[in-house]
Amino acid sequence: MNATADLTARLTGLVDALRAHGVRIGTGETVDAARATRELGLADRESLREGLAATLLHTTGQRPVFDAVFDLYFPRRVGAPEGRTDPADRAALRERLAAALAADDTALMARLAMEAVDGFGGYGSSPASDGWSSYQTLDRLRPQTLLARVRDEVRARDGAAGFGDRLLEDEIRRRIEEFRRMVAAEARRRVAERRDRDEIARRAVAPTADRVDFLFAGKDRLAELRRTVQPLARKLATRLAARRRRAARGSIDLRRTLRGSLSTGGVPMRPVLRRRRPARPELVLLCDVSGSVSGFSDFTMLLVQALHDQFGKVRVFAFVNRIDEVTGLLVHGAADPDGLGARIRGEAAVTGWHGSSDYGAALGEFTERYAGAVGSRTTVFVLGDARTNMGDPNLPALGELGRRARRVHWLNPEPRSRWGTGDSAALEYAGLVGMHECRTVRQLSDLIGRLLPV
Amino acid sequence: MFTSVDDVLARLAEAGYLASPAVATTVFLADRLGKPLLVEGPAGVGKTELAKAVAQVAGARLVRLQCYEGVDESRALYEWNHAKQLLRISAGRDETWDEARTDIFSEEFLLPRPLLTAIRGNDPKVLLIDETDKADVEVEGLLLEVLSDFQVTVPELGTVTASRRPFVVLTSNATRELSEALRRRCLFLHIGFPDAELERRIVRLKVPGIDAALAESVVRVVGALRAMDLRKAPSVAETVDWARTLLALGAGTLDEAVVRDSLGVILKHQDDILKAEAKLDLDAV
Repeated sequence: MNATADLTARLTGLVDALRAHGVRIGTGETVDAARATRELGLADRESLREGLAATLLHTTGQRPVFDAVFDLYFPRRVGAPEGRTDPADRAALRERLAAALAADDTALMARLAMEAVDGFGGYGSSPASDGWSSYQTLDRLRPQTLLARVRDEVRARDGAAGFGDRLLEDEIRRRIEEFRRMVAAEARRRVAERRDRDEIARRAVAPTADRVDFLFAGKDRLAELRRTVQPLARKLATRLAARRRRAARGSIDLRRTLRGSLSTGGVPMRPVLRRRRPARPELVLLCDVSGSVSGFSDFTMLLVQALHDQFGKVRVFAFVNRIDEVTGLLVHGAADPDGLGARIRGEAAVTGWHGSSDYGAALGEFTERYAGAVGSRTTVFVLGDARTNMGDPNLPALGELGRRARRVHWLNPEPRSRWGTGDSAALEYAGLVGMHECRTVRQLSDLIGRLLPV
Repeated sequence: MFTSVDDVLARLAEAGYLASPAVATTVFLADRLGKPLLVEGPAGVGKTELAKAVAQVAGARLVRLQCYEGVDESRALYEWNHAKQLLRISAGRDETWDEARTDIFSEEFLLPRPLLTAIRGNDPKVLLIDETDKADVEVEGLLLEVLSDFQVTVPELGTVTASRRPFVVLTSNATRELSEALRRRCLFLHIGFPDAELERRIVRLKVPGIDAALAESVVRVVGALRAMDLRKAPSVAETVDWARTLLALGAGTLDEAVVRDSLGVILKHQDDILKAEAKLDLDAV
């Protein structure tokens, strides 16, 4: 009975932690998860993991969060690894790790990750402040420096001939990456054993990619986001097409309905709907590419570029304190998404005398130099945090833009509560055009699905 | 239907479907909990094949509803056979209205479509609802009643309830987000690309006569391509196609020329081919 109660508590704890990460789980699913646990038993941990994932999750993006939380609530083992060798023997551990990497032995790698955290990850001495650090473990162990050695070992074993040889380095790099992930998970587990598990599950597990704040996303996270551009664009295109179809079923064309009714003796049997002109809307993007918001701008530019076939014309302009057209840099195929930001800063004239952003000057230059880009069919998106470094916000220029374009939207990656604080001119600009908070991919895709013209 | 997860694995393998442990576990649970199975994943990883294999293993009839834009009630659920009803009315001229009315709305004049077919009758069935994301949102509403209670309401006849629940598999390519309500009624399974071990076994099963070393290098190259962040990563179907092509070309091992010439089999975009050639150091001639 006691074991059942403990299992139930663990399961509901897991569900609570997932809910805290924005996974929507109802009571019905929790009950299903419990039934799945009964059917599968606790003997096979991986099977239990899959069973719980199948009952609790609804989309693919939730899986990384689930895996991390699952490891905390259903750990492979508790406490320190048994039968370990001398913990301080760094050279011996590296030796064994190299052998495991060469043989691609995942089970052994997992065991070594455990020993590594136990041997090198501990810090602090008092029970209140001590803990386990994956950073410290990896810093002492330096698995990345094993690459050359493992490569030579595998080559000596299999021979350097054959086509597969050129793939070897990347494969080993991926294995090392996998080992680093194992170390991080193991350190999290050890910490959770000492502190409150629920607390760790909420804070130490990275959120799903579409809920990461653009402004605080690290390099890996941004790379991960960029990989979601294509699938997201496909979804948005379907949504736009549905909106377009609905919009096409418009009002009744009275003249043509009456003319059609002549053949039925003047009784209008078939209503004729007014045909819409198939003019595709045009899009202009003004992107702040200064350091603080460049992650957000890059992502949005790639997303709009991926959607380009939905529009008659897409033009993209980048600015810091001067503005320049970068549409050409975004062309499909030639574009290497990872280097996009660097290329824009290298090839386009986006900065003048200094390197800090100046919205007033950039908007002024845009209305002056590219007035022809904006017409009655154009929707303009401005992307940026509206932090103009105490410069003149140049409200008339934005007002002019608003009068000339069909619509102007401003997407701001800062939380609404920080608009207008410090050097932010967000509230002034928001008085002229619609400004939307856009902190995560989820918010961005909602906004784009709603705001894009059809 | 199944006794354990290992039983699922073994029997699916007999039917020629090599499942990963994740797939086997979820199929086992779907059977035990009696819930529909929603399968997502990239094209060509064997989502539809899974349903076919389960049907074969269970000795069940496969009922398939292929979704597309504009599929509606009369295509998915049932339809009255109007022509036959008219014939019936004109055949019995002398009878009263009441007699005719009760007669023309009977089972005889009902044309069952896949969803109704799947829940009528006593023989075991596997219902495959393919590419659910292509159907309109209204059809999802229709599916809710069928999937949660396994019943269909025909106003003139009453409610038809399944005496024997079919094993339901829904597939989706995620071009549209399916509604939360539909997802909550299903077990969710994402079939990704298999790991190298499993993929080698799949290649050797599907391409009999391929050399083990060649299969291994094919899988390695495909694995490297998938790590490359391409527009369309090669799927299992492409791996198998490629292995067949290599076998037909009589290539015993992979080398630069062979890979360059046959890259079009696994990569479908010119950008991707260029990128792969650069990363794999295939010097263009």
